Amino acid sequence: MAVAKKAIVWGLFAAGGTVSSFVFPALITLFFLIAVGTTPDGLQYEKIHEFAASFLGKACLFIVISLSLWHAAHRLRVVFHDLGVRKDKVVANAVYLAAFVGTAMTAFYLFLIR
Amino acid sequence: MSKRQIELEVMRYDPEKDEAPWFQNYEVPCEEDWAILDAINYVKENIDTTLSYRWSCHMMVCGSCGMMVNGEPSLTCKTFIRDLPDKVRIEPLENFPIERDLVVVLDNVMEKLQTAQPYIIRKDPPPSDDKEYTQSRAALYKFKQYTMCINCMCCYAACPQYGLDQSFIGPAALALAHRYNLDSRDQGKAQRLDILADHDGVWDCSFVGACSEVCPKSVDPAAAIQQMKIEGAKEFWKQKLSGGKS
Repeated sequence: MAVAKKAIVWGLFAAGGTVSSFVFPALITLFFLIAVGTTPDGLQYEKIHEFAASFLGKACLFIVISLSLWHAAHRLRVVFHDLGVRKDKVVANAVYLAAFVGTAMTAFYLFLIR
Repeated sequence: MSKRQIELEVMRYDPEKDEAPWFQNYEVPCEEDWAILDAINYVKENIDTTLSYRWSCHMMVCGSCGMMVNGEPSLTCKTFIRDLPDKVRIEPLENFPIERDLVVVLDNVMEKLQTAQPYIIRKDPPPSDDKEYTQSRAALYKFKQYTMCINCMCCYAACPQYGLDQSFIGPAALALAHRYNLDSRDQGKAQRLDILADHDGVWDCSFVGACSEVCPKSVDPAAAIQQMKIEGAKEFWKQKLSGGKS
């Protein structure tokens, strides 16, 4: 016996949970602030674009988006299990493939920002 | 002291006679300070001697009187009449096969407790007879709460994952393993994680947390399992990076 490969996806799930629990409440607050028309200066399009074009900005966005995807994927897999779906392999392959594709697309589109 | 009339709705099942479990009602005149176990003992002594259930110490130490009280896994010696309505439903612990009435078959969990290797494992030779393993108070407090488990199995009755899949090692056994993993005198963490972080181990827990909520001894098995997942993830990479077992 050995430690199961589930350790990898659980590690990504845990890291994603930690990151998203910090970042997403702030994002939701900002979303409402912008929706009622009070966009802070630092969040104007040009500033955000400048941030996303820098290496540090790209790295931050990549970490937040990809880890959140892996977190969501693993959470969905567990939800399917809790709901009594007994096709763990199929579910796991589907959700992790989605997270993988999402991660690759995140990297690709971040690379395009200049 | 005034008496209070309680209606006990008790699940009965005799596998030799009954096709399915059924409920029998008993009217019990209870003293105000009684625990549910006192009411069940009253039934056994005064109303129906055929009722089967387990109990021993009546003081939250032996862990044998765990039952479902109004649907909640509870130690019946610690669940008091004064906190309950006039009608109380008593059932055997959920997720276990019934042996008879309120007695359940615990073999599956007893085997699982063994897989936790609940003893101190040393790679070094033991100290000589006149020397002991020393431990600081701070090191003791790291794992002390996990030593409080009395194997009442309320956590298994509460665990939805164990209910779905009985191959899951489950809360008490994992908390017990964690107790030894955290012990400063122990050197068997990698050996335990090899089994407990395998497929039926910690990863099957989806952190519902019901085990910790129902624990009558305030052990926190859910936290133990999450901490073991972190250790398991670390151990996985340690094994991968060192090209085999550490």
